[in-house]
Amino acid sequence: MNIDQHLDPSGLSLAPSPHFRNGITVRSLMLDVVIALLPATVAGIYFFGMDAALVTASAIGGALATEAGIARLRGEPISIRDGSALVTGLLLALCLPPGVPLWLPVVGAIFAIAVGKALFGGLGMNIFNPALVGRAFLVASFPTLMTTWRWPVGSGDWMAGEFDALSTATPLDLLRYEGVMTPLTDLFVGRVGGSLGETSVLALLLGAAYLLARGVIDWRIPTAYLGTVAVLAGLFGVNPLFHLFAGSLMLGAFYMATDYVSGAVTPGGRVVFGIGCGVLTMLIRIYGGYPEGVTFAILLMNAAVPLIERFTAPRRLGGGGESSAH
Amino acid sequence: MASELIVIFVGAALINNVVLMQFLGICPLLGVSRTLSMAKGMGAAVIFVMAISSMVTWGLQHYVLEPMSIEYMQTVAFILVIATLVQFVEMVMLRYSPALYRALGVYLPLITTNCAIMGVALLNIRDNYGFIETVSHAVGSGLGFILAIILFAGIRERLERADVPAPMRGTPIALVVAALLSMAFMGFAGFGVADMFGL
Repeated sequence: MNIDQHLDPSGLSLAPSPHFRNGITVRSLMLDVVIALLPATVAGIYFFGMDAALVTASAIGGALATEAGIARLRGEPISIRDGSALVTGLLLALCLPPGVPLWLPVVGAIFAIAVGKALFGGLGMNIFNPALVGRAFLVASFPTLMTTWRWPVGSGDWMAGEFDALSTATPLDLLRYEGVMTPLTDLFVGRVGGSLGETSVLALLLGAAYLLARGVIDWRIPTAYLGTVAVLAGLFGVNPLFHLFAGSLMLGAFYMATDYVSGAVTPGGRVVFGIGCGVLTMLIRIYGGYPEGVTFAILLMNAAVPLIERFTAPRRLGGGGESSAH
Repeated sequence: MASELIVIFVGAALINNVVLMQFLGICPLLGVSRTLSMAKGMGAAVIFVMAISSMVTWGLQHYVLEPMSIEYMQTVAFILVIATLVQFVEMVMLRYSPALYRALGVYLPLITTNCAIMGVALLNIRDNYGFIETVSHAVGSGLGFILAIILFAGIRERLERADVPAPMRGTPIALVVAALLSMAFMGFAGFGVADMFGL
């Protein structure tokens, strides 16, 4: 619904509530997310080289072009200026292996925007996080490309000059298949194999602190998500910090699970949502067929959001003892 | 034995979810998922028919069809069992919950042709399950169906308010949701259920 449609000829705007405006727009929120993701993007380019920059550019380009093309098809004003497609493209790029051929991020971005978002009616209507829809689609369609990792620059210095890039495994792969525990400092800084923007916990935390300080994201989902993972890791007898720092958990917990559209919005629902993501992530990491479970965990919980919100809707003021959710 | 039952059960409910991984029972999933209450009613009816029909068809296969060497009658015999059970459910529902009976409408008798029920009955035989394993498989599959249809109903209630492009409204967008949900369920692929329960 476009508020402008209700513009009265007298110049007075007639629109349903809320009427209070505070200057926060979709665009300013998306801009904040992009700013928050800059450290992780820069870290990805620093560790994995120019290829990472090209992958990022392809994903963003694909997302923006798809968004513009669909707006054109639907005869709506071009909506790429709201920045949401930019964020989707960037998030998708950050959870791709750094050395993929450049058509892959484009295909993923097209799927993410077209199927993950536009078919549902565009911004604010989608059920699943579009970037994760794109990633899951790529994992299902191109499993080999999506699990071919690279050594970050600097970790293979002893072979410098011999090869352009070396393939490797992620810390979660190493623990699972070879029983090798990656040093926590490497995990924290990001000097490990993995997706382009997921490796540097430090960079992701910097951005997350910015988002929390600006009030862009709520603390409940990340806290519940990370807390659950830490507790379960402890129960499974693995250092909780390893599971917190490894894989795409930080990226998922702060930037994807907190999506306003596909994540839960009720306060209680956010806690349930975060715990559910944590449980599923750890179950997949420990018992699943895939070494990493963040993508699937968040998508599965996205599917459960309508039900979670139904049972965690806040009481209406004056609604009495009974929940007035219905 | 117990470990095997758990593996079959979790496998049927999540890893090989009858709807989202084996793509059986899509018609009720699309037809009766408009509201949560209808989905619950359908889910209950399906798990009931699935569990009982699996038990009866298992006995039928092993004590009638095989001794008489008339396995080729399997399809007809199984459908007869399922249809009878559906009639029974219809009568009970009409008596005790006429509102749900009307809400489910044609989809209630159509449980007879719900391929998930026939599919589960046939899978029990194909995989050489014993009687207890058959029960575990059928109840697991039924719960998997309930999980899928309830998740689905929640999502569809939300889609009612979404600005879905006109050509995609209704069944098309429901199929897209089913596809995306199925992608999310890939996360359960290869789950080591046996490890999980320390078996």
